[in-house]
Amino acid sequence: MAELTHLTMAGALDGLAKKEFTAVELAEAHVKAVETIRPLNAFITETPDKALEMAKASDARRAKGEAGPMEGLPIAVKDLFCTKGVLTTAASHILDGFKPEYESTVTSNLWRDGAVMLGKVNLDEFAMGSANITSHHGNVISPWSPGEVGNWSRQLVPGGSSGGSAAAVAARAALGATGTDTGGSIRQPAAFTGIVGIKPTYGRCSRWGVVAFASSLDQAGPMTRTVEDAAIMLRSMCGFDPKDSTSVDMPVPDFRAALTGDIRGLRVGIPKEYRVEGMPAEIAAIWDQGIEWLKAAGAEPVEISLPHTKYALATYYIVAPAEASSNLARYDGVRFGLRVEGGSLKDLYENTRGAGFGKEVRRRILIGTYVLSAGYYDAYYNKARQVRTRIKWDFDEAFQRCDVILTPTAPSTAFAIGEKMDDPIQMYLNDVFTVPASLAGLPGMSVPAGIGSDGLPLGLQLLGRPFDEETVLRVGQVIEKAAAVTATPPFMA
Amino acid sequence: MSYIQGETGDWEIVIGLEVHAQVISNAKLFSGAATAFGAEPNSQVSFVDAAFPGMLPVINEHCIEQAVRTGLGLKAQINLHSVFDRKNYFYADLPQGYQISQYLQPIVGKGEIVLDLPDGSSRTVGVTRLHLEQDAGKSLHDQHPAKTYIDLNRSGVALMEIVSEPDMRSAEEAGAYVRKLRSILRYLGTCDGNMEEGSMRCDVNVSVRKPGEPFGTRCEIKNVNSIRFVMQAIEYEARRQIEIIEEGGKIDQETRLWDTTKFVTRSMRSKEEAHDYRYFPDPDLLPLELEPEWVEDIKKTLPELPDDKKARFISEYKLSPYDANVLVSEKARADFYEAVAKGRDPKLAANWVTGELFGYLNKAGKEIEESPVSAENLGGLIDLIADNTISGRIAKEVFEAMFETGEKAADIVEKKGLRQVTDTGAIEASIDAVLAANADKVAEFRSGKDKLFGFFVGQVMKATQGKANPALVNEILTTKLKG
Repeated sequence: MAELTHLTMAGALDGLAKKEFTAVELAEAHVKAVETIRPLNAFITETPDKALEMAKASDARRAKGEAGPMEGLPIAVKDLFCTKGVLTTAASHILDGFKPEYESTVTSNLWRDGAVMLGKVNLDEFAMGSANITSHHGNVISPWSPGEVGNWSRQLVPGGSSGGSAAAVAARAALGATGTDTGGSIRQPAAFTGIVGIKPTYGRCSRWGVVAFASSLDQAGPMTRTVEDAAIMLRSMCGFDPKDSTSVDMPVPDFRAALTGDIRGLRVGIPKEYRVEGMPAEIAAIWDQGIEWLKAAGAEPVEISLPHTKYALATYYIVAPAEASSNLARYDGVRFGLRVEGGSLKDLYENTRGAGFGKEVRRRILIGTYVLSAGYYDAYYNKARQVRTRIKWDFDEAFQRCDVILTPTAPSTAFAIGEKMDDPIQMYLNDVFTVPASLAGLPGMSVPAGIGSDGLPLGLQLLGRPFDEETVLRVGQVIEKAAAVTATPPFMA
Repeated sequence: MSYIQGETGDWEIVIGLEVHAQVISNAKLFSGAATAFGAEPNSQVSFVDAAFPGMLPVINEHCIEQAVRTGLGLKAQINLHSVFDRKNYFYADLPQGYQISQYLQPIVGKGEIVLDLPDGSSRTVGVTRLHLEQDAGKSLHDQHPAKTYIDLNRSGVALMEIVSEPDMRSAEEAGAYVRKLRSILRYLGTCDGNMEEGSMRCDVNVSVRKPGEPFGTRCEIKNVNSIRFVMQAIEYEARRQIEIIEEGGKIDQETRLWDTTKFVTRSMRSKEEAHDYRYFPDPDLLPLELEPEWVEDIKKTLPELPDDKKARFISEYKLSPYDANVLVSEKARADFYEAVAKGRDPKLAANWVTGELFGYLNKAGKEIEESPVSAENLGGLIDLIADNTISGRIAKEVFEAMFETGEKAADIVEKKGLRQVTDTGAIEASIDAVLAANADKVAEFRSGKDKLFGFFVGQVMKATQGKANPALVNEILTTKLKG
């Protein structure tokens, strides 16, 4: 039943509706696929029994004529979402054995709409990383890695932090996966693995039940193989949640209905500051190609300026660690997860947190603690907040002149595990194009746009006005169709 | 101004108070968990209070309303825009690793509290601010020889921290401040003011200086939990500081504790050991924006507060500031008094309430709410005096019986036959008998020993078991003695 795992969500919904196959059959195919792709280390926890049980219930609902918008679609869940009774790790040793008594709002919404859970996928520890190499549960390997499975000639990273989600979807082990994006953690891995990933406007998806990294930036979103699938899944994930004070009480549009293909007259902003020094020619070329595609579809490219872009990365790496240093204070060995005893309370803290957090997480806690400290607060944290406001204003102004912004998603194609790893700054530079929109809370999506000279996927990013995911999706689909990327990863289920 | 006499002359104490007042609310500040006192450990804890992964705070609107109500009661500025911050520090009973509090932008700004001092005078103390914050849990160190147990019932309960200006100059003023603040909070129904249960706690800032000089270095005495301790701690701390300075030392800014067994303050941590709390706006909560109309609506529901009530008692009932003060200090007392005074002589009512009633309650260790004599029954007693059924002296006897039995005054008067004798014939007969039996004294009186008049009154009252109307006795006796 290999073909079942190669369907899109839209195609699978169609097949289920026409009774060409059942949700149980679809789930069985994917459970098997999840096993097949084990060499990628994409899953931390597989939940085959749950998948089959949910699929059975799904078939029953469909038979009663109560099919939801995602009825019977098997998906993977980033292991940052709390799932009731199912191990939730945030890819950290410190959450050892943690099985929440509650279900995150986003996953609850997905199950409400009929989706089926295949398991919990790997990520960078506490979503801190751009390569999925900081997980306590090991690196995720991109299905695009060349060579023999398990004996790859180059072990490529899937991007991060939603690396497990990206790998599972790209390798056809799930029709879609939830991701979370704090500075690019949905968009960059989507670009690296040739799939679609959208981070909606901050406030669209409830953060309730999602392990927090940086609260003012964290936002959940779908990772799928097509723009249409992203529209389907995003609609189910979104919605006002009174349990999250930053969730926004706005109607959720039918995003799929926005995919009209008609972008005539639309003004597409091309930010000049994103033509960064040393940008690989290939990245510049795919960007230009994207502009041409949109022009051909009747849109009008306009040059825009986002003057504070050059400060975005530095700002992000102050704001995000600051919030993280506080958010991660609750992992103290007192109430849940790992506990490494000590002779005093201080020893308990030091032993538990020392053993429980990996190197990158510890680094960010230290940075965050430093920038919030007396004497440094104004120079770092306060300044960063001010710059953040300027960055928002840049976008506000830009959107006076354009309706959507087109940029590359990442400054390169996927790199190999081991590369860029000795220098954290080099790694942080991966987020250079994705971080500004995160700071401004804007919707952003990565769409597959082509294949680089190394045979690896390239993505283009679309940024929209607050709560205008519809335009982002519509334009994204135009690029998707124009690019018509047919290449698939060498390793698929 | 009261000064402390030191070796080198007079010293002035400068006191500022930070009062933590637990908000009266069924649910916690950011979660729906219950807040009742004395529940089983960890039985009132939500996943938010225990800071489980992915849990988020949601502001409890009722707590905001209570803070605004309190601000209005303190005649303070209500800030329509305020911000919740995280105060970061590690402790086992602080599950989040930070306390959600308000730092730079509190919900309530400057206000004031009028102190009513024992000599009847008043003094205004500035309130710097009021902000909302979460309480922490409780560490139980006495349950196990090597382990500490944690009770999170209190974790997340809403507190108002009310900060005063350094405006107080004596332990008495500080005591008066806490009493007045507690009274206002109770009138408002925003905090029960119960210091024994910990629903009100004080941090006391004390420094000393020579009169007219700039402020000295202060020490903060943390978590003092009774008015008596507040006053004792200030006295002790001021003398400790004066002694150090007079011996040529200097005061180190530090946090101290009040030792309730040794009656001394002890150092807890120095300024160097002070935490760096790394305050920053809580990204889980949006800034709190209040509608001016909403604040106005709350204002309309404010009860009459002690200061206004006191002014009214003075003007409406012609009470002395002292009596008015005593009566308004607790709303229940004021209500009781007004029920007694209604339609009666307000001064007589005040005398009975503040005199006999409070005296008996005090002796019995009872609150006004537990008074065996109801306002209605005390009113009945006063009515019996007013219509001459009993004399004031007999009334005291009746009151004693009322306090013991809870019975009505009229019933006791009937049962004990205490009705006042106003029958002039009967009184005349008694007087005649007394005069006949004391012919020698009558002669002495008539020869100019006026003082004996009291003796005859006494004898007559004794003969009538105190029931004779004193005015009639005087009148008839005067006539008869004139012969």
